[in-house]
Amino acid sequence: MWQALRTELRPRGLEIVTVGLDVNAEAARRVIASHPHDHPSLIDAAHVLDELLGIVNVPSGVWIDERGMIVRPPEPAFPARPSYADPSTLAKLPPRLAAMLEEARKIRIEPEAYVSALRDWVARGDASPFALPPDEVIERSRPRPAEEAAAAAHFELAQHLYRTGREPLAVAHFREAHRLHADNWTYKRQAWSLADPLQGPTELYEGDWLSEVQKLGAENYYPPLAMEGPAGLNAP
Amino acid sequence: MITESPRVSFADFERATGWAIKPEGACRDGRCIPLPAGTRDPVDLRVVAGHLRMPLVHDEPSGLWALGPESGGRALTSAVAPDLELPDADGAPFRLSSLRGTKVLLVAWASW
Repeated sequence: MWQALRTELRPRGLEIVTVGLDVNAEAARRVIASHPHDHPSLIDAAHVLDELLGIVNVPSGVWIDERGMIVRPPEPAFPARPSYADPSTLAKLPPRLAAMLEEARKIRIEPEAYVSALRDWVARGDASPFALPPDEVIERSRPRPAEEAAAAAHFELAQHLYRTGREPLAVAHFREAHRLHADNWTYKRQAWSLADPLQGPTELYEGDWLSEVQKLGAENYYPPLAMEGPAGLNAP
Repeated sequence: MITESPRVSFADFERATGWAIKPEGACRDGRCIPLPAGTRDPVDLRVVAGHLRMPLVHDEPSGLWALGPESGGRALTSAVAPDLELPDADGAPFRLSSLRGTKVLLVAWASW
């Protein structure tokens, strides 16, 4: 997904590192193997990155400058608009999958603004208005109230128990993470996907992807990008 | 941080959380939080977690403990990028700090 942008921007001093947040590391490996790429492509089966950076949904991008300073905290990151299946293709799919793809089409994403800002930062570095000072990076990162910190502890236990063959014990902690941090899509989707690849309703968990997105409104699935450009205007 | 015992060594505690336990308390990024007098190595997570506003979860059936991140502030307490090491698809370790000197776009994604 990111290879074309990597090819363009690597000669200008940007490396792209992708990190698959997958308790089932083999699932991530299959995807990686099917996409030729030059950039580092890592797997985070323990979801260490979520807790370290405050990631609650994917894909999320973080910008790090040459000195190792974060200049943009996690935010929705797309290199381009995905292509969507046409109606005749959707008609041949299982109904749930077709309904999910129809709903996904309504999710608001802003790849043009994101890539434009990224190119500006690559070209101008610290002089780019899209590179944020440290205080603002911290301020824009996710608040962490006590419930969400507790959710992180439960999720860490859950993924560990799952990966060490104790799925029934894991489920209880996944459920508690969901209860304590209800708007964390990563926690929900990871758990749902381990029970059902289509993230449909199961007896193990409350909710499923399709009904939760419909309840929320697909247009609210990601927060809007806060890309202030010159003179306070958003990037085109 | 996952442990089998609620008592962990100072070294393990620092490795997992970034907090160094010293005579003046638990210290990180230039600040120290006092801990109870007599705090010894190994430290009892059931005592120190509350002082650092970190949740501590115990799973009775497995006997495991999980110490969560600090609460009350934000996910990022510093803009310094963590020195993360993760495996690539072949299992070879990759350290984020190996890219120092280059701008990096770190993208979290998932197969789900």
